[in-house]
Amino acid sequence: MLTTILIVLPLAAALVVWVVPMPREWAGGLAFVTAFAEVGLWVGGAARFDYGGGLQFEARRAWFSDLGVSYHVGFFGFSLWLAGLTVVVCALAIAYGVWAERERSRAYFGLMLFLTGSIVGVFAAQDLLLFSAFFEGMLIPLYVLVGVWGGPRRATATLLFVIYTVAGSMLMLASIVAFGISQGTFSLVDSGTSSNDWIFLGFAVAFAVKSPLVPFHGWLRTAYTEASPEVSAILSGVVSKAAVYGFVRICLPKFPEPVDDFRTTILVLAAAGLAYGSLLAFRQPDLRGVVAYSSLGQMSLIVLGIFASSQTGLDGAVLHSVNHGLVSAAMFLFAGFVERSYGSGEFARLGGAAKGRPLLATILMTAGMFTLAVPGSSNFAGEFLILAGVFRQGWGYSVVGAVAIVLAAMYTLRLISAVLHERRGAAVPAADEAPDLQGDQLFIVVPLLACLLALSVWPNAVSGHAFPRPFASGAWSAYPQPAEPAP
Amino acid sequence: MIAAIPTPHVDWLALSPALALLGASGAALLGAVLVPSWLRRPFAAASAGAGFVLAGVLAGVVFARSAEATTLIADSMTRDRWAALAQVVVAGAGAVAVLVAWGDGRREHIGEYHALLAAAGGGMVFFVQAGNLMTLFLGLEWFSIALYVLCALDTERERSLEAGLKYLVIGSFGSAILLFGAALVYGGTGELGFREIAATGKTHDPLLVVGLALILTGMAFKASVAPFHMWTPDVYEGAPTAVTAFMSAATKVAALAVLYRLLATAFPANRELWTIAVAVLACASLAIGNLAALVQRDVKRMLAYSSISHAGFMLLALAGDSALGGKALLYYLIPYAATSIGAFGVVAARERELGAPVTVDALAGMGWERPFYGVAMWTFMLGAAGFPLTGGMLGKLYVFSAAYDRGWWWLVVVGVLATVVSLYYYLGVVRAMYMRAGELRVAPAGGSPPRDAALALAVAASLAVTVGSFFFISPLVRLAGYAARTLFA
Repeated sequence: MLTTILIVLPLAAALVVWVVPMPREWAGGLAFVTAFAEVGLWVGGAARFDYGGGLQFEARRAWFSDLGVSYHVGFFGFSLWLAGLTVVVCALAIAYGVWAERERSRAYFGLMLFLTGSIVGVFAAQDLLLFSAFFEGMLIPLYVLVGVWGGPRRATATLLFVIYTVAGSMLMLASIVAFGISQGTFSLVDSGTSSNDWIFLGFAVAFAVKSPLVPFHGWLRTAYTEASPEVSAILSGVVSKAAVYGFVRICLPKFPEPVDDFRTTILVLAAAGLAYGSLLAFRQPDLRGVVAYSSLGQMSLIVLGIFASSQTGLDGAVLHSVNHGLVSAAMFLFAGFVERSYGSGEFARLGGAAKGRPLLATILMTAGMFTLAVPGSSNFAGEFLILAGVFRQGWGYSVVGAVAIVLAAMYTLRLISAVLHERRGAAVPAADEAPDLQGDQLFIVVPLLACLLALSVWPNAVSGHAFPRPFASGAWSAYPQPAEPAP
Repeated sequence: MIAAIPTPHVDWLALSPALALLGASGAALLGAVLVPSWLRRPFAAASAGAGFVLAGVLAGVVFARSAEATTLIADSMTRDRWAALAQVVVAGAGAVAVLVAWGDGRREHIGEYHALLAAAGGGMVFFVQAGNLMTLFLGLEWFSIALYVLCALDTERERSLEAGLKYLVIGSFGSAILLFGAALVYGGTGELGFREIAATGKTHDPLLVVGLALILTGMAFKASVAPFHMWTPDVYEGAPTAVTAFMSAATKVAALAVLYRLLATAFPANRELWTIAVAVLACASLAIGNLAALVQRDVKRMLAYSSISHAGFMLLALAGDSALGGKALLYYLIPYAATSIGAFGVVAARERELGAPVTVDALAGMGWERPFYGVAMWTFMLGAAGFPLTGGMLGKLYVFSAAYDRGWWWLVVVGVLATVVSLYYYLGVVRAMYMRAGELRVAPAGGSPPRDAALALAVAASLAVTVGSFFFISPLVRLAGYAARTLFA
C-alpha cells in the first residue's frame, strides 16, 4: 500500500496542478508539500522495513491477465534505498524550482511531480511491462522539462536525449515481448531465467544508454548542460539509477548465462568509461561539464560493481548509487546557484568567489570532498567496496578504478580552485555586490550534504541493508543471487 | 386462394446497424429538402449522430447475443462477434466525426454531407459482416462511393476536388483489382462464400493463388497499405478534415477487420503464403510510412503517412494468424481510431482558428495558447508513437506479441525500428506546439476562435478512449478475445 501511495501521490498531485486553476505560487507550494510528504512517507516506510527479508510493501492486481501482466509493485532493500534517493533529490529539485521561480509554473511543477512519481514507479515495478511503462513514462516529462525550460541549445539536447533513450527503450520493449511471451508471464517474480543472449542484449543496451556507459553516452553532455540545473540534478542523480535497478533486478537474476557471456565486455566498457569520463572531466571548461563527465565515470564505476559478481561489489554499487545521486545532485544545484548569480558557469569567467563568501566556499568544498571520495567519506566506502569486489574479476579493473580516483581528485580540485580561488573572474563581482548563499539556497543543498555526512558515519546503513544476508535460496528465487566464486 | 410465398428468414437484428445508418442517411437527405433552412444543420447532424449511436448500440446488442457465429441471407452475411466489435468501433468513430464536422462552417450541402457520412458508415458496418465475395465487393463499393463524394464535397476548394478525383480513380482501380481477384477465385473453386472456398480444399490451384494475391492487393488499396498507399496523403490533405478523421479511423477498421476475416476463413490452407505476403506488406508500410512522414510539413499529410505506418503495425497482427493476432488487431484498432480521429480534431480546431492549412510551423505555440487542445494533441502523438498512459503502447505490445508468437522475431525488430523513427515526427508536433512559442508566422483569422463545444467534446472523447484503453485494457481485451474466437475456433 505504501508503495502505491508513493507512486500515486505525486502523479495525483500533478493532475491537480494541471487541471485545477490556481495561482502560480500555489502550484509551487503544492508541489513542495507533496514532495516533502513523499520524503516523510518514505522515512516511515524505511523505519518499518525488514532488511533481512524479501519483497515488501507489495501491492498486486491483475492488469490484463491473458498475457500475464499485472500491476505489481514492492521494494527490496536496495530498491528502497534508490527510491529514498529519488524522493529526497526530487523534493530538493522542486524546492530549487520554487526558489528559481520557474515560468509557467503549473505546467512545470506538474511535470516535476509526474517525473517523481514515475521514477519511484521504476524502482518499485515487479512486472516487466509496468517497468517499461514507468521507464518510458519518465521520458515524457523529461523531454518537456529540458525542451521548454532548458538552455539555448535545448533543441539539440532533447533530440539527442530522446533518440538515444528511445532507441534503447524500444530495444528493451522488443526484449520484453520476447521474454514475456516465451515465459508466459511478464512478472519478474514468477518468471524463470532465460539463456537467450539477444534478449539480454536488448535490456543491457537500454540500461547502458540510461546509465550511460561508453559508447552510449552521446546524449550526456548536452542534456546535462542544457537542462535547467534541477532537472540535471534529477537526470544524473536519479534517472541514471534506473539503469542500476534494471541491471540488478532484471539482468542479473533473469539472465545468468548471458551475464557470464558478456561480463568481460561490460566490465571492459565500464572500465573504459570510468577512465574516459574522468579524463574528459579534467578538460571541461565549465562547472556542469565537469560534473557531467564525472557522472559518466561514477556510473561506470557502479556498473563495475554490479557486474563484479560478488556480494561486496553489489553492496558497494548500491551504496555508491546513493552517494553519487546525492553528490551529483548537490553539484548540479550548486552549479545552478553559480550560473544564476554570476551569469556563467565557465571557469574562464569565474574564480575568487571564496573571498567574503564563507558559506559558498564551505558548501563547494564539502561537496567536492565527497566527489573526490576522500577517505572517510561514504563515497570512499562505496568505491572501496566496488574495487574490492571487482578485484576478483581481474586486478586490472581495480587498477583502472584506483587511477580514476586519482583523476577524480584532480578534476575536483581543479573545479574548486577555478571557482573559489585564483584571481577574481570577470563574471564574479566583489563580495559586497553579490552576497553569499542565502538561507533558502542553503535549505536546498545542505540536506543533500547532511545525508552524505550521515552516510559517511554509517555507510553500512545502505551497504549492509541492501540485500539480505546470507542469501537463502528458495524465498529469494526472484532475487539477484550473485555466485561467489570459489576462493 | 393465394399460395403463401415462402419468405426466407431474415435476421433483422444482425442487419440492424446497417439499416439504422441507412435510415439516418435517408432522414438527413429528406431533411435537406423538407426542413426549414435554419433547422437543417442541427437536423442533419442530429440524424447522422443518432444513426451512428443507434448503430453502435445495436451492434453491441448483436455482440452480446451472438455467442455462436451464424450466417444469414443465404450465407452471404455473417453474424458474429468479430463483425459486431468492429461495427462498434466504426460507429463510435462516426459519432465522433459528426461532432468534429459540426463547427466546420459549411453553408451548403449540409444535408448531403451528413447523409453521405451516415451512408459511408452504413456501408462499412455492412462490409465487416460480409460472408462471401459478392457482399464483400458490394460493401466495399457502397462505402467507397460515399467517401469519394465526401472528399470532393468542398467544391470551391481545388484541393478537395483533386482529392475526390484521385480517390475515385485510384479507389476504382483497387476495386477493379479486387473484383478480378474475386472472379479468379470463383473460377478456381466455383464458390463465393468464404467458408465454402476453404471447404473446397484447393490450395495450389493457380487461379486461386493469383486471385488471392489480387484480392489482397485490392484490400491493401483500401487500407492504405504500402506500396498501394499513393492516394492516401493527397486525399487526407484535400478532404474536409472531419471526413479525413472519419476515413482514417473507420476505413482502416473496416478494411483490416474484413481482410483478416477473409484471409483466415477463406484461405486457411494457404496461410504459409499469405502470412509471408502480409509480413512483407507490413514491412513496406512501416518503412515507407515512417520515412515519408519525417519530411512532411503539412500536419494532415504527416498524419496520413502515420496512418500508413499504423496499417503496417496492424498487419503485424495479421501476420501472426492466431487468436492472439486477432485479439491484437481488434484491440489495436480501438486506441488507434481514437488517436487518429482526435489528432485530426485538433488539426480541425487549428484550421478553423487560422483559416489556413495547418503546417507544423502553424502549430507553434498552440500548446500554451490552447492548453486543452495542446495536452490532447500531445497525448495523441504519444499514443500514436506507443508511449505509456495511452492504449497505443499496449496495442503495440499486443501486435509485437502476436508476431513473436508466430516465431517472426524479425518483424518485431522492424516494428521497433519503425517506432524509433516515428518518434521524430510525432515529437516534432509536440516540439512545435510547446517549444517554439512566439514564432507564430500565420496570423489568426479574425480574432479568437469561436467556441466549438462539439469539437472540444469530440477531442475529449477521443482523449478519454486513448487514455482509458491503457488503464482499462482488461475488459477491452476480453471482448476482443471473444470476437477473435469466432474466427479462430
